Amino acid sequence: MAKVPVQFTLNGAEKAEFIDSGTTLLNALRDKIGDTSPKGGCHQGTCGACSVIIDGELRLSCLTLAETCNGAAIITTSGLSEGGVLHPLQRAFLDAFATQCGFCTPGMIMAAKVLLDHTPNPSRDEVVEALSGNICRCTGYEPIIQAVLTAARSNSQNAA
Amino acid sequence: MALALQTFSTVKDANAALRAAGTRYLGGGTLVVRAANEGDVSLSSFVRSTEPSLSAITVSSGKVSIGASVTMAAIARHPGLAALSGAARAVGGPAIRNMATVGGNLFAPAPYGDFTVALLALDATVSSDNGDLPIEAFLATRESNQAIVTAVRFELRTEGVFRFLKVSRVKPKGVSVLSIAAVLEQAPDGTVSSSRIALGCMADRPMRAKAAEKALVGRTLTSDGIAPALTVASDDTSPATDPIASAWYRTQVLPVHLGRLLLA
Ligand SMILES: Cc1cc2nc3c(=O)[nH]c(=O)nc-3n(C[C@H](O)[C@H](O)[C@H](O)COP(=O)(O)OP(=O)(O)OC[C@H]3O[C@@H](n4cnc5c(N)ncnc54)[C@H](O)[C@@H]3O)c2cc1C
Ligand code: FES
Ligand code: FES
Repeated sequence: MAKVPVQFTLNGAEKAEFIDSGTTLLNALRDKIGDTSPKGGCHQGTCGACSVIIDGELRLSCLTLAETCNGAAIITTSGLSEGGVLHPLQRAFLDAFATQCGFCTPGMIMAAKVLLDHTPNPSRDEVVEALSGNICRCTGYEPIIQAVLTAARSNSQNAA
Repeated sequence: MALALQTFSTVKDANAALRAAGTRYLGGGTLVVRAANEGDVSLSSFVRSTEPSLSAITVSSGKVSIGASVTMAAIARHPGLAALSGAARAVGGPAIRNMATVGGNLFAPAPYGDFTVALLALDATVSSDNGDLPIEAFLATRESNQAIVTAVRFELRTEGVFRFLKVSRVKPKGVSVLSIAAVLEQAPDGTVSSSRIALGCMADRPMRAKAAEKALVGRTLTSDGIAPALTVASDDTSPATDPIASAWYRTQVLPVHLGRLLLA
């Protein structure tokens, strides 16, 4: 299998790797680069556990070939906390019991982050829509929705 | 399973590379990479083109051209395509819409292909290096398509003239039970002067409801006026039974949803 170079920033840090051509971004991140925050649930685009942010847009890393991300800025959940302090979304997920087994959580947080980046004060319906590509088998969704709304409120209080 | 990807800066070179056996064009990858992940052994390499025109949207003098690599999210947020945003937003959840392309949607088998239903109602033209094809002819022969689709073109319609409805069980996102798009023109007296109705999930690919179209012409968009069209709405349909709905269910509910769209 031909090796190809890929270069992108991951959570602000430059990454340059040789990977097998055709490798998915999910596999490149987890197996090659060692960022295991995106989870491989279905590898079919249906669960959202592998969601990452590529150039500001929510994408599924299981259906994205790593080579197509050359020059991109990629953000994963592992890049959110700063200096050991959790991101408001991470804090809200913990406080609202929005995490049980935790498998869906990194994908949920990525979907929520894109929403709050563009819509700092979303309605409940906007939160539901933003999370609609992400499946959770544990929480029943309501705590997740509340966590995102809480994080939005705490963000706007910080900004005020 | 890892596969090789070849990237070309021109559609011409990508078209040449696509002639090799086992090679598939990579649009947004939501169906082809999924197939590779599921172990589809007919795939050995992907080809894509980064030619900028593939990602362009132009709206001018009432004519629209959308490059094949344009995503559903880009259509949904384009100010000149407001009438189509509902149809673009009908495709998957937010991450899928950021990846799913117009070109890929043309090839998506039922229960997918919601945006193509809209394009069929709009009587779009499908362009490739081999020339232009009316969308109906394109869809009829899409399995034998050899060339990269470069763009779709159609006449801009306003909201009201163009109508779209997706019926799904899971809200707000969910695969279609069926989808319907219509382009309805009305004479000054309110009667329908021309109608084009496209159905999704009522056959293995988007299809026209020709009997219903005919039955609408000269009628008003009232319960009585549309009744003959609803009676023949399911003519020539052959829906599949899948985990979303049975063929019987789809046939039963089609007139109900078509009625709602026509009276909206
Ligand atoms: C979880 C999930 C939910 C989905 N929900 C929906 C939905 O609600 N509605 C819906 O309509 N679809 C849905 N889809 C299907 C799919 O995402 C869309 O139909 C999408 O538009 C396909 O586009 P793509 O660019 O990702 O296709 P790809 O996977 O890249 O390609 C699909 C096929 O088209 C060919 N192709 C792509 N572009 C071109 C081109 N320019 N020229 C020639 N051939 C080309 C490819 O070779 C391949 O055979 C869903 C998919 C997933 C995984
Ligand atoms: S692993 Fe990517 S969507 Fe499930
Ligand atoms: S917390 Fe277990 S899948 Fe969501």
